[in-house]
Amino acid sequence: MRLTGNAHRFSPDDDINTDYIISGRYKFRIDDMNELAKHVMEDIDPVFSKKVCKGDFIVAGRNFGCGSSREQAPRALKAAGVSAVLAKSFARIFYRSSFNIGLPLIECDTDSIRAGDRLTVDLDAGLVTNSVTGESIQTKSIPRTMQVLLEDGGLIEHLKKHGDFALE
Amino acid sequence: MGQTIAEKVLAAHSGSDCAAGDIVVASVDFCMAQDGTSTMMIRELENLGFEHPKTALGMGLVLDHNAPCPSVEVARVHLRIRGFADKNRIPLYETGCGVCHQVVPESGKVLPGSLVVGADSHTCTYGALNACSTGLGSADVAAAAYAGKLWFKVPETYSIIAEGQLPDRVGAKDLMLKVIGRLTADGATYKSVEFTGASVASMGMDGRFTIANMAVEMGAKFCPFSFDEKTSSWLSERGFSAGAPVSSDPDAHFEKRFDFDAADVVPQVARPHSVDNVCDASSLRGTKVQQAFLGTCTNGRLSDLEAAARLMRGRTVNRGVRFIVAPASRTVLLDAMASGVAAQLVKAGAVFVAPGCGPCVGTHAGVPSDGENVISTANRNFKGRMGNNRDVGIFLGSPETIAASAITGEITDPREV
Ligand code: SF4
Repeated sequence: MRLTGNAHRFSPDDDINTDYIISGRYKFRIDDMNELAKHVMEDIDPVFSKKVCKGDFIVAGRNFGCGSSREQAPRALKAAGVSAVLAKSFARIFYRSSFNIGLPLIECDTDSIRAGDRLTVDLDAGLVTNSVTGESIQTKSIPRTMQVLLEDGGLIEHLKKHGDFALE
Repeated sequence: MGQTIAEKVLAAHSGSDCAAGDIVVASVDFCMAQDGTSTMMIRELENLGFEHPKTALGMGLVLDHNAPCPSVEVARVHLRIRGFADKNRIPLYETGCGVCHQVVPESGKVLPGSLVVGADSHTCTYGALNACSTGLGSADVAAAAYAGKLWFKVPETYSIIAEGQLPDRVGAKDLMLKVIGRLTADGATYKSVEFTGASVASMGMDGRFTIANMAVEMGAKFCPFSFDEKTSSWLSERGFSAGAPVSSDPDAHFEKRFDFDAADVVPQVARPHSVDNVCDASSLRGTKVQQAFLGTCTNGRLSDLEAAARLMRGRTVNRGVRFIVAPASRTVLLDAMASGVAAQLVKAGAVFVAPGCGPCVGTHAGVPSDGENVISTANRNFKGRMGNNRDVGIFLGSPETIAASAITGEITDPREV
């Protein structure tokens, strides 16, 4: 799978928590992901939802998605059009939930990527190409379990398809 | 090679001889969701054609984050959760029962050696009871509820040893803030963390719940404590069985070991806007606070209310401070009423709100204004966490530090009042 889009960055870019991705004040009230998507990243970039285009990437530092278990976080990102998140590392619950709902997460060195850079992510080759700087970045390979979930369209679809966990 | 608690619990629940790094499918003993995460879980369960649990898996739904309900929109969410619980005969913990992480162990749903998942990140709290429990997203919990089992990666384990004894007016919260300050907010990501040492051995169960609760603030997956007489009496006093206690083998492999001297710990505060931004409370003297909050799944238990009340004795809340107390459960509230602790706090000027999450997650019951500072016993101080207020500074501390600060109106080391 190849994804192409523009990079969005935030400051500071380490420890971006799920409260920042979608605030608690919305997640309880709003059930519709397209509505929630209008408030995504609002607390650290109030105009993000207006800037983001379908296919774009969020690019961050360490520990992306830490904090609350709210699955609204990856779902709202996906609904906002984000096609993948690139970060140096991810928090555990967010990591599982993203693949469960079909949002790929890419672990790689993100230091050289600037806001606005045009990126192509090749999930199979494990490669990010930056068409602005011409640079290629090797990514960590996505664990087999997560690949299976992505291919099946998420955890629930996986269960429906196999009637059980069929992860190996 | 010996095994850690996490390895043993996952091995017992998957019927395999697993070790750290393996992927296993393990049977789950109990799962829960709260009012902010239930609806998505319910949608997935309906999508799967779930009806009354086909498995022996225990389930509970808790209305705690937004209860009593603050708006029409949330009322609809609560109605939907009630309807689903009724239809499927799933125990529902109604408005006022308390925070899920207090209510679930109080109802005997978590026993030593069990494997528990919950659609709330602080599900790791039950590690205090020698269980492996962890927070997950709604789809994962739906899958566990549906299948009675779930896939897990067997985690590596860190050993944290805190020898010595915590000084007077220094508690489990201070120790945990110290640990998180050193390990940082992602320092134990994906790991199981086992706390041992003299300070932990002599610590009451409430303190262990506080520590296990905050394990996720450094990224941890599980935080199982050893089983001892304290665990055993906590369970037997409530009429629960001792389950199947698990301990790590002497030759178990710990990926890393961290040593702390509890006697050296002084009151700690996490400054805005991250939990690992920790310093000594005494260094923040002069920082004014407009709200003090005692409660949450971290520090809303009886001993927390007692510690605050001891400090407030003969004193009153500063005129410039709203001091809000949310007992972690109805049982905690009743105990605090019976012992006189609740009356003492109210007389000193505290405002009691319903047992539950209270203002912790910024939806109701004490939302601060921009430009204000809050000192809180919660576990998170992210920007905007307590409402639509990116300019609120949330400081985290122990019940004693919160009470001392409520008295003086500024962040105060409780040993100085
Ligand atoms: S008290 Fe706070 S941290 Fe605990 S479950 Fe409720 S909202 Fe979450």
